[in-house]
Amino acid sequence: MASLGSLATVPLKAKREGDKNAKSIVFVGLLWFAVLFAVLCLAVLLIDTFLDGRTRLDGNLFTRYTSEVIPETAGARAAILGSALVIVLTAAMAIPLGVAAGIYLEEFADSRRWYNRIIEVNLTNLAAVPAIVYGMLTAGVALSIGLPRRIVLCGAIALALLILPVIILTTREAIRAVPQEIRQGSLALGATPLQTVWRQTLPSAVPGIATGSILALSRALGEAAPLLLLGGLVFVNYDPNGLFSGYTVLPIQIFNWAQQSQLAFQQVASAAIMLMLVLLLIMNTLAIIIRNRYQKRW
Amino acid sequence: MTSHTYSTAKPDEAAAPDSPESGQLDATPLVEVVREARRHLPLDPMKIMECNDVDVYYGAFRAVTSVSLGFGYNEITALIGPSGCGKSTLLRSLNRMNDLIDSARVEGEVTFHGQSIYAKDVDPIEVRRRIGMVFQKPNPFPKSIYDNVAYGPRVTGMKVESMDDVVEEALTRAALWDEVKDKLKQSAFGLSGGQQQRLCIARTIAVRPEVILMDEPCSALDPIATSRIEDLMVELRQDYSIIIVTHNMQQAARVADRTAFFTALADEGTGDRTGLLVEFDLTTKIFSAPSDERTENYISGRFG
Repeated sequence: MASLGSLATVPLKAKREGDKNAKSIVFVGLLWFAVLFAVLCLAVLLIDTFLDGRTRLDGNLFTRYTSEVIPETAGARAAILGSALVIVLTAAMAIPLGVAAGIYLEEFADSRRWYNRIIEVNLTNLAAVPAIVYGMLTAGVALSIGLPRRIVLCGAIALALLILPVIILTTREAIRAVPQEIRQGSLALGATPLQTVWRQTLPSAVPGIATGSILALSRALGEAAPLLLLGGLVFVNYDPNGLFSGYTVLPIQIFNWAQQSQLAFQQVASAAIMLMLVLLLIMNTLAIIIRNRYQKRW
Repeated sequence: MTSHTYSTAKPDEAAAPDSPESGQLDATPLVEVVREARRHLPLDPMKIMECNDVDVYYGAFRAVTSVSLGFGYNEITALIGPSGCGKSTLLRSLNRMNDLIDSARVEGEVTFHGQSIYAKDVDPIEVRRRIGMVFQKPNPFPKSIYDNVAYGPRVTGMKVESMDDVVEEALTRAALWDEVKDKLKQSAFGLSGGQQQRLCIARTIAVRPEVILMDEPCSALDPIATSRIEDLMVELRQDYSIIIVTHNMQQAARVADRTAFFTALADEGTGDRTGLLVEFDLTTKIFSAPSDERTENYISGRFG
């Protein structure tokens, strides 16, 4: 008991200076500088773009086609519609395929089989493949089967291939987050594995899948590289009207305008950039809202 | 398929607590009901399930070895023993939940009404429907209370006249109806832990199984919730055969008709612990006059 008594008499150490010494202050200052630098660069870019393009953020931007001769009233109508059509088509191809593949890999695939392991390794690698490669692949395939490559369908296929690995990985993450107890509870009641996926696992994973898919689509929306090879880079002054129609998309239209020397083209390019940023912001916000509102806490 | 036919008739009525009070459990203390029931226990009851020389492996690791054990109709059988003695593993092999683990393998024979549940032509889905399971941690689905109970009948394609009636009956039998009848459409996650566990029992009852396996159903619950579940088990015993794994020896002593004591033997080379059945007998005998020294040491708190 004596030793216990003497232990209790050792006073607690006084509070040390902690974060107040010069080294710590410099370090924290550096961290702040890093954050400020990043935010400032972005702010300058945004403000500059806005100032450049503000006069052209008008109705013409949405309703008129581009023009080679009168840049003052040129609009991005064809590009907006093209982007919308390509993205919808991309989503229609990539999401069902990606979700199905994710479900298979997570719930049914036997990970001890060599082919499933190869698929797993390659999925992660595929997500890091440069976008232009998907463009070249699609162009090559289109050429070899005699499909014109400068059409909406080919653009959407390239973008779908681009985001497919991301959607598969997102789906797997979301499905893995559903607790094993839920599956077991369902199976123990006599549900089949397929019923369990369909009625328990997948519904619980939908918010995660939706969030990931929207983020992937917003990446596809801003992507220009693969579409350069697939006909996005042409002068389009008509609405895309189907899968086999010629088209252009916003990032490529911006690229096109920004190459021109007249100031008016630069201005409309800036306006289109603002438009695209707003679209991306909306999509990303939507993704965050879905994640926060519907995410289940187990 | 064997020629065995499933009889819907109740087994030997003498095996069940047939006292007039049995319908009104609330009025009769649990202890009395159990004591009365134990007086009528046959020495060798009709078996609804049997294990014959069962080994369970995970890969090369043998988790349970040579268990032979019979589970009586409308009885509560408790599996007790120290951690890692394979009780839960054995329990999960009784309704083929172990199938879900790729490396798990069962050797020997597990029968249900005399038919091997691991036979090639037996559908594990059907096995799990007729041998229900309640888990350690309450695991309600992220759905409404109503949908939690209706889930089983829906997925198994049970023909029901009115789903509302099925849900009400199951919740009533699980002693939960009065607490939830006004909020059936609310999320099951809003219930307390004890209520969630009773909901899981209701959910299991709703598909009308014949056996209910319970894997430490009270280990995540407080004493009051635990005592309600125990009452419920004794009540359900009239219609179901219950097999419960528990860490709580008092619980086994309170509710179980028969108790099986398991222990774990460590392999000297690998240190792997393999579970084996030490003793299986009437609960009263296990807790008052066990025939094996290891059982006695365990129940008197000398190890485990």
